[in-house]
Amino acid sequence: MAFSLHGVHVPHRKNTATKPVLTLDTPKMVTIPTNMNIGAPAKPIVKVGDLVKIGTKIAEVGGYVSSPIFASVSGKVSKILEGEKCSKIVIESDGLMEYDESIKAPVIDSKESLINAIKESGVVGLGGAGFPTFVKFDGDKKIDELIVNCAECEPYITSDSYTMRERTDDIKVALETIVKYREVGKIIIGIESNKKAEILSMKKMADQIDFDIEVRVLPSVYPQGGEKVLIYNTTRKEVPVGKLPIDVGVVVVNCTTLAVIGEYIKTGKPLTSKCVTVAGGAVKDPHNVIAPIGTPVSELIDACGGLVTEPKKVIYGGPMMGVTVADINEPILKNSNAVLVLDKKEAKMPKTTNCIRCGRCATVCPFRLIPAAIQHAYEKKDVEKLKVFSVNACMECGTCNYVCPANRQLVQTNKLAKALLKEEGKEEGNE
Amino acid sequence: MSKLTVSVSPHIHSGRTTTKIMLDVIIALLPATIAGVVIFGLRALLVIGVTVGASVGFEALFNLIVKRKQTIGDLSAIVTGLLLALNLPANIPIWQCVIGALFAIIIVKCLFGGLGYNPVNPAITARVFMLIAFGSMAKGAFPTIVDTVATSTPLSAETMPKLLDLFLGVHGGAIGETCALALLVGGIYLLVRRVISWEIPVSFILTVFVFAFFKEGFDFTLALSQVLAGGVMIGAFFMATDYVTSPSTLFGKLIFGVLIGLITSLIRYFGSYPEGVSFAILFANILVPYINVWTRRRVFGTGVKGNE
Repeated sequence: MAFSLHGVHVPHRKNTATKPVLTLDTPKMVTIPTNMNIGAPAKPIVKVGDLVKIGTKIAEVGGYVSSPIFASVSGKVSKILEGEKCSKIVIESDGLMEYDESIKAPVIDSKESLINAIKESGVVGLGGAGFPTFVKFDGDKKIDELIVNCAECEPYITSDSYTMRERTDDIKVALETIVKYREVGKIIIGIESNKKAEILSMKKMADQIDFDIEVRVLPSVYPQGGEKVLIYNTTRKEVPVGKLPIDVGVVVVNCTTLAVIGEYIKTGKPLTSKCVTVAGGAVKDPHNVIAPIGTPVSELIDACGGLVTEPKKVIYGGPMMGVTVADINEPILKNSNAVLVLDKKEAKMPKTTNCIRCGRCATVCPFRLIPAAIQHAYEKKDVEKLKVFSVNACMECGTCNYVCPANRQLVQTNKLAKALLKEEGKEEGNE
Repeated sequence: MSKLTVSVSPHIHSGRTTTKIMLDVIIALLPATIAGVVIFGLRALLVIGVTVGASVGFEALFNLIVKRKQTIGDLSAIVTGLLLALNLPANIPIWQCVIGALFAIIIVKCLFGGLGYNPVNPAITARVFMLIAFGSMAKGAFPTIVDTVATSTPLSAETMPKLLDLFLGVHGGAIGETCALALLVGGIYLLVRRVISWEIPVSFILTVFVFAFFKEGFDFTLALSQVLAGGVMIGAFFMATDYVTSPSTLFGKLIFGVLIGLITSLIRYFGSYPEGVSFAILFANILVPYINVWTRRRVFGTGVKGNE
C-alpha cells in the first residue's frame, strides 16, 4: 500500500503567522512546575531565598527519562510548592533579566558530549509531547532518516512557523552537529503545503547544509504532524504499535526543539523562554509572543491587547489535541506552543447524540481504527474485543471526534479503553 | 470572571451534525417529491403529508410514553416518513399510510432503541410489510398527467415503456421511484455534499445493468430500462446508502452494492414478485454486521515486522 495515511481537513486559522512576534515585558513572577516533560519530574536544587539568573539550573533530572530546568528570569526563589505529582518553583523577578555568568558554549567533540549537550539544554519535545529529546539520540542504532517535524498541522498554531522563518541558523547548527557525531543516513524536513514562506526558508537552509537533506512538502491534512503519520508519509515505514520510531531506524524532532539545541550549541543558553501562539476569539489582537517559561497566561493575553469578551475555554496546545486549564493564571510550560482563549461561540460543541453508524470515524482514522466499534466494546467493557480492534494503536489525534455527526467522545473512550487494557494486565507484547 | 470550561479534546468540530446530514437528505429527496406530485397529482401530496406527519408524530409519541429524550429534532423521522411515502403508490388508502408509518417508526426504529440501533432500514421494511399486508400496494397508481392505459408496474408489463418515459418517470409505480431524472439529481447532490459515497450506488446500479445486459442478450436499451424502472434509482441513492444499515468500509460497500444488485435481478427475472429492490436491500441489511467484520482493515502498526 503506497497511499498516504488518511486524515481530515481542519480549518487553519493561522492568521498570527504573518504578524510580527511580540516579546513580553519582564513578568513580576514566574511559576515553574517540575513536570514539564514525559517521564520523571525534575528535582529542585534551589531553596527559598536563593538568587538565580536566567539559565541558572534550578532543578536536576529526576531519572533517565527526565530533563533539567533552568531559571527563566533573574531574581529570587520566593516559594517552592510541593505537590503530589511535582513541585512548583516560584521566582520573583528583579526586573533585570540578567543571564547567569557561567553560561558558555559547550564543547562538543563526541557522541557522548553531543547527547550531554542536548540534555543540558533542557529541551523536550516542543511539538507538544514533552519527551526529553536527548533520549531519542542516545544509543548506537543508526538513524536512517532524521525527520524534522515542520508540519504544524493543528489549527491556530504558528509558533513553529516563526522558528522556521526566523531561527534557520539555529536549526542548521543543530542538524550539522547532530549528523557529525551521530550516525545519520538522511535528513528529511517534513512541512505542510500551507506554509509557503517557511518552505522557502527551509529550502534555503537545506541548500547550505552539506549533507543528504530533502525538504518534503506534504498535503495540509491533519494529523500530518503526528509522529507515526509523518514517518509513514515521508518514508513509508510503519512503526509497530508499542514501539518507538528508532525501532524502524527513524528519529523525529520538532523544528523548534532543534532550534533550542542549536542555540545551546552556539551560546550555551538553555531553554528558558518560548514563542507561544496566543489566539482565539476572546483575544483582542492574537500574536506570537516570546515569554519566559513560567509566565502566567494572563500576561501573554495582556500583551495581545487583553480580552475582548469573556473567555469560555483556555487550551494549551491546539484545538484538536490540546488540554484545557481551569485557571487563566496558569504558567506557560516548556512544551507550550500555543494558548488558545476561546469565546463562547468557539467553545460551543454540538450535543452528543446516538451513533448513526455513518462510518466517518473509521474512514478518516489515519490508523484505520474503527472508533465507533471501540466505543461499543468499551461500553460493554469487552476487553477481548478492544484487543481485536487494536485500540492501543490510537494516537488520540481527535480526527474521528472532529467528524462525528453525533459528536461522540470517541477520543476520550479510546483513552479510557487503553487504560482499561493496561489495568486488566492483559496487554501482552504489542497487542 | 465566570468559570472556564474544562473538557476533553478535541475542542473543535466539523459542524457536520446528524441533523444537518438529515436535512441534506431531505433536500436531496425534494426533486423526486416534486416530480411525484407533478406526475401523480395532489393525491400524492396527501400521501406524503400524512406519512411524514404520522412518522414524526409516532416518534414524538413514543418518546413521550417511554420518557425518552425527544429526538424528532434530528429530522430522521421526516427522512423515514418521506422515503416511505415515496415508496407508496399515490392511490393507496390513507389509513394504510398511517399503519406503514407506525410500523417503520415504532416497530423497526424506536423499539430497537431509536436512530442508529435499527438493524434494518425502517422505510424499506415498512414497504415490504405493506406489500405483503395490503393488496393496494401491488396495484400501483397511474400518472395523472398523461393519458395512458398503463399496466400495474412497468416491470410486470408485457412491453417496457420507452426509455425517455422511464427517465422522466411518466409511468406507473410508487410516487417517488418513477422519475429517474429527479432521483439522479438528488443522488448527485448527496454525493457532492459527501453525505453518501459512490461505492454503493455505483456497484448496485452497475450490477443490475450488467445482469440485465447478459440476460437480455446484450440489448443495451433493455438493460438500461432495468436500471431506470422500478425502485433501483431510489434504492441505490437513498435506501441502500442508509448509514445505519450499510457497511462502513470501501470494500464492504462494494460487496453490499453488488449483493443488492444481484438479488434484485434474481427476483425480477426468476422470482414471483415483479420487483425485488426492497427485498434485496432488506436481506443485505441483515448481512451488514458480517460484511463489516469480513472487510475490516489492518490497523496501522499491527501485524508488521517487530509486532508479532
